[in-house]
Formats: sequence, C-alpha cells, structure tokens
Amino acid sequence: MTAIGWVQIILYCAIIVALTPLLGGYMTRVFNGERTFLAPVLRPVEVLLYRAGGVDEKSEQGWLAYTVAMLLFHVGGFVILYALLRLQGALPFNPAGMTGVPPDLSFNTAISFLTNTNWQNYGGESTLSYLVQMLGLTHQNFLSAATGIVLAVALIRGFARASAKTVGNFWVDITRCTLYVLLPICVVYTLFLVWQGMPQTLGSYIDATTLEGAKQTIAVGPVASQVAIKMLGTNGGGFFNANAAHPFENPTALSNFVQMLSIFALGAALTNVFGRMVGNPRQGWAILAAMGVLFIAGVAVCYWAEANGTHILSSLGLSGGNMEGKEVRFGIVASALFAVITTAASCGAVNAMHDSFTALGGMIPLINMELGEIVVGGVGAGLYGMLLFVIVTVFVAGLMVGRTPEYVGKKIEAREVKMAMLAILILPLMMLGWTAVAVVYPPAVASMANAGPHGFSEVLYAYTSMTANNGSAFAGLTGNTLFYNLSGAVAMFIGRFWMIVPAMAIAGALAAKKSVPPSLGTFPTTGGLFVGLLVGVILIVGGLTFFPALALGPIVEHLSMLAGSVF
Amino acid sequence: METSKVRKRMPVSTLVDPKIVLPAIGQSFVKLDPRTLVKNPVMFVLEVVTVLTTVLLLRDIVQGGQSLAFELQIVVWLWFTVLFANFAEAVAEGRGKAQADTLRQTRTQTRAKRLLSADNPERFETVAADDLRSGDLVVCEAGDVIPGDGDIIEGVASVNEAAITGESAPVIRESGGDRSAVTGGTTVISDRIVVRITSSPGTSFLDRMIKLVEGAERQKTPNEIALTILLVGLTLIFVFATATIPSYALYAGGSISVVVLVALFVTLIPTTIGALLSAIGIAGMDRLVRFNVLAMSGRAVEAAGDVDTLLLDKTGTITFGNRLATEIIPVPGVTEREAAEAALLASDADETAEGRSIIALAQDKYNVRREAAPAGAKFIEFSAMTRLSGVDAGTRKLRKGAIDSVLKFVREQAGHDVAEPAAFRAAVDKIARSGGTPLGLAENGRILGVIHLKDVVKPDVKDRFAALRRMGIKTVMITGDNPVTAASIASEAGVDDFIAEATPEDKLRYIRNEQSNGRLIAMCGDGTNDAPALAQADVGVAMQTGTQAAREAGNMVDLDSDPTKLIEVVEIGKQLLMTRGSLTTFSIANDVAKYFAIIPAMFAAFYPQLGVLNIMGLSSPQSAILSAIIFNALIIIALIPLALKGVKYRPIGAAALLRQNLLVYGVGGIVLPFIGIKAIDVIVTALHLA
Amino acid sequence: MLKEIRPAIVFIVGLTIITGLIYPLAMTGIAGAIFPSQAQGSLIEKDGKVIGSALIGQSFTEAKYFHGRPSATTGPDPKDPTKSVSAPYNAANSGGSNLGPTSKALADRLKEDVATLKQENPSAAVPVDLVTTSASGLDPDISPAAALFQVPRVAKARSVPESSVRALVESETRGRWLDLLGEPRVNVLKLNLALDAMKS
Repeated sequence: MTAIGWVQIILYCAIIVALTPLLGGYMTRVFNGERTFLAPVLRPVEVLLYRAGGVDEKSEQGWLAYTVAMLLFHVGGFVILYALLRLQGALPFNPAGMTGVPPDLSFNTAISFLTNTNWQNYGGESTLSYLVQMLGLTHQNFLSAATGIVLAVALIRGFARASAKTVGNFWVDITRCTLYVLLPICVVYTLFLVWQGMPQTLGSYIDATTLEGAKQTIAVGPVASQVAIKMLGTNGGGFFNANAAHPFENPTALSNFVQMLSIFALGAALTNVFGRMVGNPRQGWAILAAMGVLFIAGVAVCYWAEANGTHILSSLGLSGGNMEGKEVRFGIVASALFAVITTAASCGAVNAMHDSFTALGGMIPLINMELGEIVVGGVGAGLYGMLLFVIVTVFVAGLMVGRTPEYVGKKIEAREVKMAMLAILILPLMMLGWTAVAVVYPPAVASMANAGPHGFSEVLYAYTSMTANNGSAFAGLTGNTLFYNLSGAVAMFIGRFWMIVPAMAIAGALAAKKSVPPSLGTFPTTGGLFVGLLVGVILIVGGLTFFPALALGPIVEHLSMLAGSVF
Repeated sequence: METSKVRKRMPVSTLVDPKIVLPAIGQSFVKLDPRTLVKNPVMFVLEVVTVLTTVLLLRDIVQGGQSLAFELQIVVWLWFTVLFANFAEAVAEGRGKAQADTLRQTRTQTRAKRLLSADNPERFETVAADDLRSGDLVVCEAGDVIPGDGDIIEGVASVNEAAITGESAPVIRESGGDRSAVTGGTTVISDRIVVRITSSPGTSFLDRMIKLVEGAERQKTPNEIALTILLVGLTLIFVFATATIPSYALYAGGSISVVVLVALFVTLIPTTIGALLSAIGIAGMDRLVRFNVLAMSGRAVEAAGDVDTLLLDKTGTITFGNRLATEIIPVPGVTEREAAEAALLASDADETAEGRSIIALAQDKYNVRREAAPAGAKFIEFSAMTRLSGVDAGTRKLRKGAIDSVLKFVREQAGHDVAEPAAFRAAVDKIARSGGTPLGLAENGRILGVIHLKDVVKPDVKDRFAALRRMGIKTVMITGDNPVTAASIASEAGVDDFIAEATPEDKLRYIRNEQSNGRLIAMCGDGTNDAPALAQADVGVAMQTGTQAAREAGNMVDLDSDPTKLIEVVEIGKQLLMTRGSLTTFSIANDVAKYFAIIPAMFAAFYPQLGVLNIMGLSSPQSAILSAIIFNALIIIALIPLALKGVKYRPIGAAALLRQNLLVYGVGGIVLPFIGIKAIDVIVTALHLA
Repeated sequence: MLKEIRPAIVFIVGLTIITGLIYPLAMTGIAGAIFPSQAQGSLIEKDGKVIGSALIGQSFTEAKYFHGRPSATTGPDPKDPTKSVSAPYNAANSGGSNLGPTSKALADRLKEDVATLKQENPSAAVPVDLVTTSASGLDPDISPAAALFQVPRVAKARSVPESSVRALVESETRGRWLDLLGEPRVNVLKLNLALDAMKS
C-alpha cells in the first residue's frame, strides 16, 4: 500500500460526500414533482408521454398498484429485449454480421439486464450487434436503473408519509427519473468519456495491420453512450467482454476515477433524498456513515491483500503486488478500489479480473454482494436493502431500550419485520442453495476454470453476484451453459423481485401508519451509536449466514496459499 | 411515590422453591408434546431435529456406528436443551400458579341470596354463586361473602376486600356515586346491601384474575409476534447455511455426519431467546401482579412500555389529596364573620375534606357557631359539570366553588352582568399564584368573598417527574383548578403540562388529540365519568376502589388504588421489552464463538488448514462440538433467573440505556461463550468424554 | 391491473425510443463532430494505413521492439471454429486469464516466463507487470520499470546505445494524471513507433 494510493481513496470518498447533498437535493425536487431547470426542454416530452399513456400525473397509486405497474413495465421490457436478441441477425445496425443469440442465452441475458444485474454469459464484441447494444441494452440500462431509484423513492415515501394510502405514481416517477436525472447526466458524461478516448461510432470493426505486420481486428461501436448509463445506473454490463478493463471502455486513469464516482453518485444521493424526505437530513447521513464504515473497511482489506500479492509471485521474487488480471494504467489501488465499489453498489462493472484477485482480495467483493450490496448500493437494491437491515437493527435495538421500536417516527411492528425477513432470507437461499447444487453437478463443475477452493469460489461468486443483481464475475467460470443460463436467470429474477415486493409492501404499511414524534425515550438513529450498531448487525447477520461457505472458499484458499499449495 | 407502601401480598417464590421447581420438572416433559411446542417455532424445530438425530443414533447403535459415545452425548444434550426450554416456561408458569392457588382458596363454594323480586328485599332464595346470571339481584348481610361482581343498588356496607387486594382494613361501599362496585369473593363486615350482579359465571373479576396469573389464556402480544417472526427468519437463514454444507464438503472431497451438522444448526439458531421468550412474557405479567396491578392483557403491559404521556390527577398523586381551607377573605362591604357564616352554611352538608376544613376554619378562626341547618334547606351537591356546591335556604342561595362558576352563578342570579370587585380578583390571583386554590363564595347575586384552600405538593414528586422526563415521558397534570392555580402547582411539581378546570370531556379530548399525534397515553381513574377516557387511553389503570364501569373500561386494575403506580407500570412494561431485546441480542451474539468452535472441527478432516480458526484451542473436533452444544444448553438454565427477574430498567435516556445493554448483552454475548466453551472443553477433555 | 396496460405499452415504447435510439444516435453525431478521432477509436495511421489504436495494445514478439504484457485473449481455432485457441491481443475478443492465486497453471507459466526474462536481463529484477497477463488482454501500457528492463535487449537488437533507448523510454513515460490518479506507464505502441522513427 502506498501513500498516493490512500490519497486517491480519500479523495474519492471526499468527492462522493460532497456530491451527495447536491444530487440529493436535486433528486428530491424531481421526485417531489417540483420544476427543475431542465423543464423548458424536457417538460413537453414528459407531458406528451403522460397524455399518450393516459396517466394523470396528479393521481397516485397504493403500493400494490405501484408494484403491479412496475412488473407490467418489466414484462414489456423483457419481451422487447428477448425478441431483439433472437432476431438481431435480421435487423439493421449489424456491421459485424452477428447472428441470432440462442434461446437459453437470450433468456438469461434478457433477465439479466431487466433485473439490473447485467451478468453476461457472452462477450459483447463477439456476440451482439450495435442495434441490440443500443435499443436492447442501453435502454434496459436506463429503465432498470430508473426502476431501482423509483422503488427506493417509493419506500422513502412510506417512511416520510403519515396516514397515507399512496406511495407515488410509478409512471410519473419512472418518467421523471429517466428524463430529469439519468438522461441529462448521461449526455454530459458521454461527451466526457469520448474526450477521454472512448469510441462512439456506428462504423464497422477496424482492420489494422500491426507494426510487426500481423492483422488485428479492433472492435469499436457506440460505446460511450452505453458506458455512461452502465456506470451511472450501476448496471455494469460491458460493451466489451473485458468490461471496464478494456482500454476502449475505460481509457485513462481519469475516466476510471469518474466512472467510480458515477457508480456511487446516485446511490449515495438517495440516502440524502431519504433524509430530506423524512424531514431530517441527519437520518440520511447516518445511513451513509454506516455504509462508509463498511466501505472503508472493505477497501482497506482488499487493497492490502492485492498490494501484498500472492505466494506464487513472491516465491519468484516478483514484487509490486498482484498484477495478474490488472491493467497498468490503473495499478493496484485503482483496481482494488474499483472492485470494492462495483460490488458495494450493485454495479458489477470490472476494471480488473476478480477471478485473479488474491483469496482475501476477492473475498471482499464477495462479502459486499452477500450483504446485499447495501453499501451505497447503487441505484438498484442498495438503499432499500439497507433499510431492510435498518428495520431489523432498529427492532432489536428498540427493544433493548424498552419501547416498541421506531424508526424516523414509524413504529416497526410484526408486518415490517416479516417483510424484511422475507426479503433478507432470499439472499442466502439463492446464493448458497444454487451453489450447493452446482458444486456437485458434474457438468456445472466442468465449467470451473480453477481447481480446488478457488473453483468453489467461482461458483459461489457467480450465484452471489446474480442473486444480488451485481453482474461482476469470477469470469473464468464458463457461464454460457444451459444449466448456468437457466439457474442464473432464476437467481437473478428472484433476487430482484423477491426483494422488491416485500420492500414495497413495507412502503405501503409504513405510509399508512401514524408518525410518532421522537422523545428522549426514543432511540436516536442519527448518532454514532446507531451507525455502529447497524454495522454490527449487518456484519453479524451476514457473517453468520455466509461464514461456512466463505471458510470453504476464500478463507481456506488463503490459508492454502500461505502454505504454498497450488491446485 | 411511596413505593414502600406497596403491599406485597402475593407470595414471592424464588427459583429454588421446591414447590415450584419439582412440578416444573414434570411439566418440562409434558411440554415435549409437539402440539404444545409448535407454538414456539424455534423450539419446535429444535425438537424435530433432536428426534431426527435420536433416530439416527438408534440406527447407528443397531448397525454399529463408529463414534457412538459422541453421538449419544450430543443427542442427550439436545434433549436437555429442549427440556431446559420447557423448564424455563414451566417455572414462570409455576410461579403464577402458586398465586392462583392462593386466590382459589378464597373462592369457596359461596352461596348467594338471590332476591325473588326487585321490589321486596326481604324475599330471597339461596342458590350457588355459580348459578347467578348477570342482572340478578342478591342481598348480602354482615358476614356474607359477596357472590359475584356487581353494583350496590341499595344500602351502605363496610367490606373487607383482603381476598383481592391484600389490604385488611375494610372499605366503605355504598349505592350511587363512585364507590358502588363490589367484587365477588370479598366479605361484607357490617350492614346490609343489595347488589346487582354484573358478571356471568366464570367471568368474574376473581376468575379473570386467576386465569391471568396462571397464564392459562396467555396470547402472544404484538411485539412478541414480531420477535417470533424475526427468530423464525433467523432459523430459516441457518437452515440454508447448514443444509448447504454437505454439498460443499462433497466438492472438497469430504463428508459431514448428520449429527455434527445438527449440532452446528442447533447452536446457531436462537435457542436461548426462543427458550426464554414465553417465560419472559409470563414473568412480566407476574411482576405486575406482584405490584398488585392486574393487566387484562399482555398487550396492555407492552403498551405501558411505549407510553409517551402520563395523565395524572393532581389530587392524591401530585399533591396530598386534602386541600385545607386556611383563610376566608371577604370582599369590601362584607365582614369577615358574615363571610364565614355563609361559608359554614354552604358547607354544612359537604362531607369532603375541603368542606369539613371550611367548617372547622369558620368555627375555630372566625368563632362562628355551627347551628342546625334551617328547615327546608336544600343542599346542592358538587358536580363536575357545575363545579359548585352550596345550599338553598329560603331565599338565600349560597354557593361556593370554582371562581368562574361562582361568577356565572352570580350573573345568573342577578340577571345582569355583575362587576367583579377588584379586591376579589386580587385575592383570587394572590391565592392562585401562591399555589393555593381560591374558592369563590357567593350569595344570590352578590359575591361575598374567597376561601383560600391550600394544596400541598408531595415532597418527592419533582424528582419522579424528572426521571420520567429522562425516560422520554411527558407528564400532564389534570386538575379542576383554574389555570393560574394549576400553573403554579404544575411548576412546583415539575410536570410538563396541565389541564386546568378539566371536565371528563376535556380529558377525553386531550387523549384523542395526543393519540392523533402518534403518542401513547396512560392514565388512571376511578369514577364512572373517567370510563370513556380510561377506555380511550392506551393504558387505562382503574382503581380497585373505583366503579364497575371504570374497572370495565380500563385495561389494568390497581388493587391498591394508588395512582402513583402508573409510573411503576410503565417501568415494568419497558423492562419486559428490554429483557426480550437484550436476550435476543445475547443469543445472536453467542453464535460468533460457536462458529469458531464448530467450523474448524467440522472441516478438520479434509481442510486441516482451517485449524487456524480454532482460536480457543479446543482439544479435539469432537470435544469442540460437544462443548458448544453443552454451552448452548446450559446457558438457557443460567439465564432463567434473568428472564424471570427482567433486565433492570434505569431512566437514563434511550441512548445511554442502549449503550449499556449493548455492552452487557452484545459485547458480553460475543465474549462470554468463548470463555464458556473453552471451560467446558477443558472439563469434557479431563473427563475423557470426547 | 388492466388499467395499467395502456401506460405500460406507451411508456415502454416511448422510453425505449428516447433512451435506446434518440440518445445513442444523437450522442454518436455530437461526439463525432466534437471529438472525431476519439469517437473513431483513436486510430493511428502510417502511410495511409491503420496500424492500430493508441489505446489498444498489440502483440510484439521481435527483439527489436518493446514487448507488451502477456495477453490471455483467445480467438477461434482456424481449423475448428467451435474451439478457441490462444490469440494474444485479439481486439475483437477481450479478456483475462482468470487464473486464481493458487492456480497451478499460472504458477507454471510464471515460472517459465520469469526464467526466460532473467536470462534476457540478469541484472535487473523482473517487473511484475511484464509477466502477468492484463485484465483486458489488450493493455496498451507497461510500467516504466518493464520498459527499462527491456532496454538492453532492444538496444542490442537495433545496435544503438542503451542510453539513447533509455532516453526514449523516459520521454515516452507518462506520469499520473495531475500527479495523483493512476500509475506511471509507457504506451508500448507509441514507444515502438518512436523507436522506428529514431532509426530513420
């Protein structure tokens, strides 16, 4: 670890903290239906959509109607994406002449992008046409991100409102989120990325003749416009197979830094939206602080592990950290930092190959996802995953002070606890359950690229990533098999919607409750004590759930590595 | 306030009391019935896996397994775990049963004298008390046990209520007013009363009391349900965490025996809190009973812990009930003696402490002789609506009462607006500012003067309210006094708010208003006119001396009729929730050490590298697993006293309380099992058990 | 539920057109106008022919050129397109080795590569980035240490003094952005182009 490395980490955190109230304030205005400075341009588009859809922007929906609207919206998105993937060979914008994607891979990919997972069992540049990348994937990147944001906002409204029947209007929220939040940032962001060297062209792949006279086909495409929303929307699905490690998808250290910022920006801002909407910004900062503690701890371990390198490298006298699967322009620190960020949020973009990380360095992304990507969380499952943990924490802590637990003025009772547990339960079931099936199913074992505990980690990482809707991978695992395509689709689908529906039910139940004014007898949820307790509950619940699996994966691999064993 | 006054009528049994422990041991086995155990999901799951391992053990014995001694010990300790949990519940119930038995002894086969017709109190038939129906009229004479709950419709009697309250000094019960209720099982000592029975057989106060202390009809409270859901969720998580291990082990080229897997599972699921959960709930009710407060439901006890606002009657709670007249101040133009005479006459039939003190004052200080009331004098009783009392003697209409009521009376009598003499207002204000109560005195359309009633605030209430404030509870004083008087007493006593010149409607309005702002309200009351407010309040404590209507409306009854006990009730409610929370935290925190004991032991055969995780240095894989299981079982027994006694509540504010409990039960919960498991391992190894 | 079907269709279609067509096509137009070189892929032309992209590494094996990092990219086997074979710096199929920290395959390869490099330049420590594969397989850069390590070989192959090659390496070395972000590095293709230019 180096001083300059830590300076980069601290600078990163400082900028995120500075951006949070700015974006949070803006997003609060957007979701409160207030006029923003972009209204002159975008308001007509917004109104046109409402009119065409027959939506009254003033009328709101209860949690169930809101959820149903969201699900219908996803059914439509799935149909379009699946059709595009299957039919791409017959459609325009296909200079590389890609043929239709097979049914199981199409199914997996459609679910994957729909659920904001962006798990990719294919290489983008070798499988997809430009039309699918744009119309299929770019658009899903927008919509799954917007869905994540508006669901979090609906849950926030549940906390913020008192004796209310509704949590907002899905159609209005999704439109305003897309038009006023995501699109404007992406326009500016795209131009920045192109400036840094990212291609944005509809031209065909380049045939170059190298200095040594060999032929090199260089894949290009409309990369920047997709990468902008891929990062901002914490989607993470790469245009290219190597994702953000590809020099075209992440050309410079600066583009890398800004990409890392854009992963956390909206997720962190949502904590501020939460604070503002419940009428006490400190509530939002407390949540962000808990996220920050977990984040810094993760970064420290991962950076330390990667900088230390592996036994194989040190035994050959190679110093400078574990550079296998990392890019020179990023080095150790930006690779470790990126890995923690991308899994702390539900992004899943990678600028280094996690599969080649050290055992402990690779365990941090794994743990981040196992906890449900609640650290900032990105725009998907993040904030509401964190709020589920908050409910459990507040419930136990509240009892310890001798009151029916309350959080931001809402009593936490049986219904909330039930829904929170239902949502929290699904993570270990999908992550551990599918792993248990795959590691004893010979065709699935055959997909592993590494033997021994690392092979186990590859499978565990795969289902953890898919269930948590992350999308990053220990990429050595050959995922494009019937078994992984289908089981993965199930994991992604359940991991997304089994979280969303209970979270929305909580939103509805909370909105209907009265708001209790705080007193000295109310346990304060803005101080260090709460932050510490929340972190403790997350680590203990998460740790207890996943300790056996981690012991048989990364922990035993690390201990083997120290002993100099290879597999 | 005067907690020492609380009579500990109920027998205080300790844990080691063989009268409770021996039956409880028997009950522990009876409660193994899965139909009983299914109400406690964590324990039910434990029983299921225990049965499973027992079957496997039997199979291994038949087939000749390799580590039979080890498996046998695990199975035995698993059964102990279930039994210990049952024992905890049985002990808690046993303590209640002991109390119920005491109550039952008082409910002998009472005979009732049922009137044959309402208009003739002399003709009755003798029937068994159990045959009485609601609405029957019974007559009770000196020496009779009152056969059921009811209201006196005729007569006055002194009644010994020791059977219910433990207080042997007889109380006066009379028809009409706020002291008309009688309770079945109490004894008439003198006189003769006619009672209208208000309860049906088996639903009398005594019956309900027995059921309550026995916990026979105990239903899970809302918070207990929520906690159970959390525990079931955690159990399921651990099902996933352990059920997947064999497959992972197979990949790694090893295998895990079912017994070991069950051992891991059982130590991980929250058996500690699961075992103690119902005992905590029963013990909470029990603590209330010890305080001579009967809660009609566990829900009410929980609500007590959540109370945000306490409505306290000033009189008797904040001040010594008896306000005494200390001075009679006439208005200019009226002599002292004239005013004193009027005051005496107006109070002639007033049997309240105030009334008597006015008469005493008039006689002693102003030397007015008390004569028989003029013939035809009609006494006007005080009512909460008019807030006036007095006498109509011929053309003289004398009134004393609340200032604004007296002024209103004067205006009505005069038929026009009467100027309030400046001296009168000055005297009123001066009295009020001093914390006293000014009582207006008027004759027909003329104001005569003002009587100064002194109201003395109890010495320790201020500290008490400060403590409540630290608990986050707002205190509201309810008084019939005028706002100035009320404010003066409120500041002296240190309450947060007050309702002056309060009518029952005011109380109800105040409660509704607070509730609509999301607050929970507790109050106590005894009169029939308190009933709506008692019913509306989240915690309504009715005084045992109160009317039947009040006792029906409240969700708790204070057998000592001590309004200050509301504060203890709140503390007991908080204690109940705290005990649950603390033991849940402890239970979950324990798991950390258990992982460090079992995981390295479990995988030792195929990943010896994981031995690094054996930070406790347990001697062998088998002893590690056995020690964890033994610790898991013994900790239940060790925590039974805490579950029954409850975690101590201190009014130091939520944050400080949390920090303290977190340190003790959270950090302690992580550290203690490391020490405990290691110690057990040393013993297990020394005894060559594994 | 039926009530929500119309908005579902309208918003799916409407937002798909906005975000999936209008947005990327507009960005393609604008980016192409403002940053034409970057938008096309930062291509480097020599004598009117594209020789590569400044951002994409290419395979160098000759002694007279600086070599990039090992690349784990693959390409379709010319004999059997369903199978893939090693094809370093295949810019149409990026990817890393994905070998883990306890991989025997990785350990064996590294042992071999380190031995080869030690033979080539026994006087310096082998830089880690010169033997480890990059994440993309297309890493255009090597560390300054990795470039300096190769100076003796390149100078010998080109029969030029080591000092002038070293000077060239130093002039092609790029520092951190604002001395803060990223790592110091040397773009191998640009360095080799400069090397070729130096000769003439």
